[in-house]
Amino acid sequence: MSTIQAHDIDNTGDVPGKRTALVLGHTDFHQVTNTICRPNETRKPPMAWYIMFGISMLLVMNLGFVVHYLIFTGVGVWGLNNPVMWAFDITNFVFWVGIGHAGTLISAILFLFRQKWRTGINRFAEAMTIFAVICAGLFPGIHVGRVWLAYWLFPIPNQMAMWPQFRSPLLWDVFAVSTYFTVSLLFWYVGLVPDLATMRDRAKGKVQQMAYGLFSLGWRGSNRHWHRYERAYLLLAALSTPLVLSVHSVVSFDFATSQLPGWHTTIFPPYFVAGAIFSGFAMVVTLAVPARELFGLKNLITLRHLDNMNKVILVTGCMVGYAYGMEFFIAWYSGALYEKFAFMNRAFGQYSWAYWIMVSCNVITPQLFWFKKVRTSIPLMFILSLFVNVGMWFERFVIIVTSLANDFLPSSWDRFVPTWVDIGTMLGAFGLFGVLFLLFCRFLPMIAIAEVKGVMPQADPHWEGWHQSHGAGSNPAAAHSANGDPS
Amino acid sequence: MTTLTTQTSAPSSTVAPARLYGLVAEFENPAQIVAAAEKIRDKGYRYWDCHTPFPVHGLDKAMGIQRTILPVLVFVAGATGCTTGLVLQLFTNSFNFTIWALVWVTGYPFLISGKPALSIPAFVPVMFELTILFSALSCVGLMFLMNGLPKLHNPLFTCDRFRRASDDRFFISIEARDPRFYRSKTEADLKSCGAAAVEAVVED
Repeated sequence: MSTIQAHDIDNTGDVPGKRTALVLGHTDFHQVTNTICRPNETRKPPMAWYIMFGISMLLVMNLGFVVHYLIFTGVGVWGLNNPVMWAFDITNFVFWVGIGHAGTLISAILFLFRQKWRTGINRFAEAMTIFAVICAGLFPGIHVGRVWLAYWLFPIPNQMAMWPQFRSPLLWDVFAVSTYFTVSLLFWYVGLVPDLATMRDRAKGKVQQMAYGLFSLGWRGSNRHWHRYERAYLLLAALSTPLVLSVHSVVSFDFATSQLPGWHTTIFPPYFVAGAIFSGFAMVVTLAVPARELFGLKNLITLRHLDNMNKVILVTGCMVGYAYGMEFFIAWYSGALYEKFAFMNRAFGQYSWAYWIMVSCNVITPQLFWFKKVRTSIPLMFILSLFVNVGMWFERFVIIVTSLANDFLPSSWDRFVPTWVDIGTMLGAFGLFGVLFLLFCRFLPMIAIAEVKGVMPQADPHWEGWHQSHGAGSNPAAAHSANGDPS
Repeated sequence: MTTLTTQTSAPSSTVAPARLYGLVAEFENPAQIVAAAEKIRDKGYRYWDCHTPFPVHGLDKAMGIQRTILPVLVFVAGATGCTTGLVLQLFTNSFNFTIWALVWVTGYPFLISGKPALSIPAFVPVMFELTILFSALSCVGLMFLMNGLPKLHNPLFTCDRFRRASDDRFFISIEARDPRFYRSKTEADLKSCGAAAVEAVVED
């Protein structure tokens, strides 16, 4: 078997009339199962896993500390001031919700468009979505100040006979993000059930058998079950598609429905959604590149997958760049003094450094992805994806802080400077994300086993390999050896 | 390789003779299972199933499975969610009725920035989110319910060979409660479909 060199095969080109292989080096289903389950079944993960886990764990401890400090002291420990009442917290919230969008896009929209390459990356992209939404949910949760009153966000009958204000976009956000989390979790879990059954059937230890057995719900691959399962999966994809487009639109309503110059624009919903997909795909590349190296998944997450993701980054990056330009144009075209000022201030005011970081990372550097050499170079795409992550974080910072710090009345202008608590919480969220993601890599199959098998040519009952020995009756052994499998 | 002998996978130390659950036949590739499923379907069995590591294209038709009504139910759930969202917002923000919903609650017509009490456009996002939420929850819940899951135990799991149903092998199981089930005849039926092995599975 030449599985070792298989990932050197270039499958990024297209031959007209032929399907490009999405699974390299695997000649049968059993090898696929083995490759995907190996990272979960080895006794010890690679050293790099321990190092990353240690760093993430330290950041989580720091998160626990800063969050407690915040709750016991008050929101004054953040660098907020009178005009700038939203800053790092909402920046991080929008950043993390945005990251999540790529997972749903891959699992739902690419599924509806029958993009079969999604099967290689959808599992961990969906996991990334869930963990990112957990990180996102943290920030509004602690930002309410009196966290013990967070239940006021929901329409729960209470002693004051008060109800939430359903005309407020902030409340729409509560419903949008919690629905998004629930549906993403369901989608992920439904996809996991058949794979957990695979893990259960392979498990050697009692604990693994119990755990995988419990969560696989007794799945036995019944085709009567698969029939409903496939319907349900399609329905979930169809439901998630408008959902994912709505979530970041609703997040953008938090800003767009206000009167503030720089926020009060109709371009926000599509602009936010494009930015979310842009940053999310960058995060998928950031995670996929080390994961496929560390866990030997190069034949399943091939260069073609990465190439495709880089193309999505390029397209959405151009959309974001267009939105930046269009914002300036509309500010000038509107003739509104405050609107014009808000944008000149973004580019040349007190936060111009942040603006230019944003423009260089989101608009300029992704243009390198026009070149196929860059799209298929592992180190370059990793660096560029990190740039996009940084750029998209700054985009949210620029939108939120510049508009607030310099609004209508110069006498109320101020400057926001983050405190160590702000920075600690931001780093802590990355730690939380890291811990969750590393645990996922260790204990759950990182690639959808059943789905990857389904896109192999062998999965098709009409595949020529299964029909070569028809003359000899239906002798399975003959058909099998014709397939070139030494069994 | 192609052993066509029937073995019982029950432990040899069983005291009472175990009741037969059914027969399991192993196939090696998707082409075989589709061809075999067509034959078993035509023989008129009712309590039988195919077990595959991934959904095999064309197997639904080969087995003669009726299309599920799941989408209709999900649509009803979605409509319920949409209505719930509208009623919830109208009740809490537009009127001041008192109703009993586990406790006595009264609506409170908020007046915010001169908007009318019946500001339906502002209620659309929450209606939409609840439509999706209700649909998705019922979609997954009903799918598992209609499949009879979670059900952690199944006699098929006592068969060691069957473990490969989640890996790389394809199985047909025919239950003993099927009116057309006769052990010898059914075994012959399965073998004639080209099964690599046929095994009996007992209840435990």
